[in-house]
Amino acid sequence: MAERVIYATYDDDHVLLDGAKKLVADGVHITDVFSPFPIHGIDPVIGVKHTRLGIVAFLLGLFGLTLAIIGFRYFMIHDWPMNIGGKPNFSLLENYPSFVPVSFELTVLFAAHGMSIIYLLRNKTLPGMPADNPHPRTTDDRFVMEIRLSDNAGFSSEELHQKIKGTDIIEIEEKDYVVIK
Amino acid sequence: MHKEAAIREPLILGHKSYHDITEDVCRSIEGKAPRAWYIMFGIALLIGLYGIGCICYLLGVGIGTWGLNKSVEWAWDITNFVWWVGIGHAGTLISAVLLLFRQRWRMAINRSAEAMTIFAVFMAGLFPLIHMGRLWVGYWVLPLPNQFGSLWVNFNSPLLWDVFAISTYLSVSLVFWYIGLIPDFATIRDRAQSPIPKKIYGILSFGWSGRAKHWNRFELISLVLAGLATPLVFSVHSIVSFDFATSVIPGWHTTIFPPYFVAGAVFSGFAMVQTLLLILRKGMKLEAYIHTKHVEYMNIVIMVTGSIVGVAYLTELFISWYSGVEYESYAFINRATGPYWWAYWSMMTCNVISPQLMWFKKLRTSLLFTFFISIVVNIGMWFERFVIIVTSIHRDYLPSSWIQFYPTWTDIGIFIGTIGIFFVFYLLFSRYFPVLAMAELKTIVKISGESYKNEEGDIHQLQRTGDGGTAVAHSHEEVTETVVEETVVEETTSEEATEAEETTEEDNNNDTSESEENSDDDNKE
Repeated sequence: MAERVIYATYDDDHVLLDGAKKLVADGVHITDVFSPFPIHGIDPVIGVKHTRLGIVAFLLGLFGLTLAIIGFRYFMIHDWPMNIGGKPNFSLLENYPSFVPVSFELTVLFAAHGMSIIYLLRNKTLPGMPADNPHPRTTDDRFVMEIRLSDNAGFSSEELHQKIKGTDIIEIEEKDYVVIK
Repeated sequence: MHKEAAIREPLILGHKSYHDITEDVCRSIEGKAPRAWYIMFGIALLIGLYGIGCICYLLGVGIGTWGLNKSVEWAWDITNFVWWVGIGHAGTLISAVLLLFRQRWRMAINRSAEAMTIFAVFMAGLFPLIHMGRLWVGYWVLPLPNQFGSLWVNFNSPLLWDVFAISTYLSVSLVFWYIGLIPDFATIRDRAQSPIPKKIYGILSFGWSGRAKHWNRFELISLVLAGLATPLVFSVHSIVSFDFATSVIPGWHTTIFPPYFVAGAVFSGFAMVQTLLLILRKGMKLEAYIHTKHVEYMNIVIMVTGSIVGVAYLTELFISWYSGVEYESYAFINRATGPYWWAYWSMMTCNVISPQLMWFKKLRTSLLFTFFISIVVNIGMWFERFVIIVTSIHRDYLPSSWIQFYPTWTDIGIFIGTIGIFFVFYLLFSRYFPVLAMAELKTIVKISGESYKNEEGDIHQLQRTGDGGTAVAHSHEEVTETVVEETVVEETTSEEATEAEETTEEDNNNDTSESEENSDDDNKE
């Protein structure tokens, strides 16, 4: 049997948040929430962990900086030292003040682009990817909760419907779960 | 929910539901473009093509076709480069610095300001590239292994720092801008009726669905990119100023350059944002989102940075005398009283005196005056760069090398052409891209929206009313509030009606109602 999923639609972010708190307190597991903008405070309620992208950006920044330093040493000190206005071309450390601006730029370049690429990959948002929001208006003014029956083995479909209808929904729909991406 | 102080002016006027915001922003993308858009686009395209023609001529004939000579080997090209880079600073400043300071008023202007930034940096990058003469070997500025002996680019040189700074700035701004655009493209995609726009916006939106986890990541990446972009903005113009400051030319060799250039960049960037947004808000009927308060905030930024620039000018003058260096003090006396005195005094008038008028609340809240000053400031900032570059080098150490610089038609054609190309990009942006950050505005509508702000009751119910712009079941308070809102909107529109004539006359079918508003306005004042 195909997996079944319930989509509960709300028309306000705070109403959805209140509803989600109530359902979670009742023991319902909310798989995901689709919204046109970030709903502040929803993440801990439905158990979404805080992203670790910040750490990724920091590490990539360090990588960029390291690459810059290795580059300077190779280009300017080791491979072809040039006498530029008598600047110390024999020591990376003594010549380093001239390299500070580019070190900074490469740190930012790697951190920003690396983080953005990983962000797009992790979200599975890339050019040509299909969208999988259940209702086209979730990018406009509708807020949808996705509740999979398999995540809520303790409840029957009717019980879930009953509980969801206890919140201030405007629409409820149950259908087969289709994996789009 | 977080409530904003009642004393703060609302950022979104009138009663807007989430759907209204979507409608207001998408209207211009989904509907037909007004005739004014086609006229402006046509003019910009012609000027841009003329500029491209001049660039082709330059590439064919060589740099000798510019007015450069043996003393003045940098003139209009570098002036234009620094001018465009300066303009390209406001967008990232608005979206990054104001994000870090949690300034909500940025949300109405950041999208279009960032677009302006990116297009301005395109124009800026063009000048050093064509100044190379042989555009097709432009990639030699990158540290690539090569066949000419293992000679690498010189990392001691500020000109190379510029290469890294500008390219990092351009690419990071582009990514920052696009990451914010993805959810808004998804909104347009989900609304699109015909298959071709649906397909195109589908590709542009990268399949965004708005899951909770994705929004979690989105908020973090916006914050981190803002944190990275903030020092980047300051570094870019500092490095541009190093091009001059690290040389030993009197008039250039000063340590004040980096802060002075950054302040000047923010100053000119905000002026350009004002120029563009005052037309945009009128043409696209976005007065409820970008209203007098936003303009006033930007005018205050212009006033502050203009004052910093003024102080920098005076400090430069003082130091040139106090240094006791004959050549240094001559460079400044020559600027003020030499053959380019008119450029110096235009710069002083436009950049030092005109922003001081913003101390008057009546002037800084006047849209017509703001539009005028924004143009004046941009002219002044162009002269600032011209004064710094040309007047410092046209009188060399040897009087036998003293010479005047005169621009040729290619100098002028390329500069005017870049303005045309810039407007071609900007007009395309305003036609096909969401000009306001819809997703961000929806997060503040309940906090800073006029009809929600001081509402005691159930604001969730309030959000549900007025769906699609039709007033449904307004309570008594709401009705009175709506009246207030309308007067405010009228006030802003009428003040501006004259300055954006080309936009209003073509796209407003109800010109008569406009003039009525004009007459009403006097009573309110």
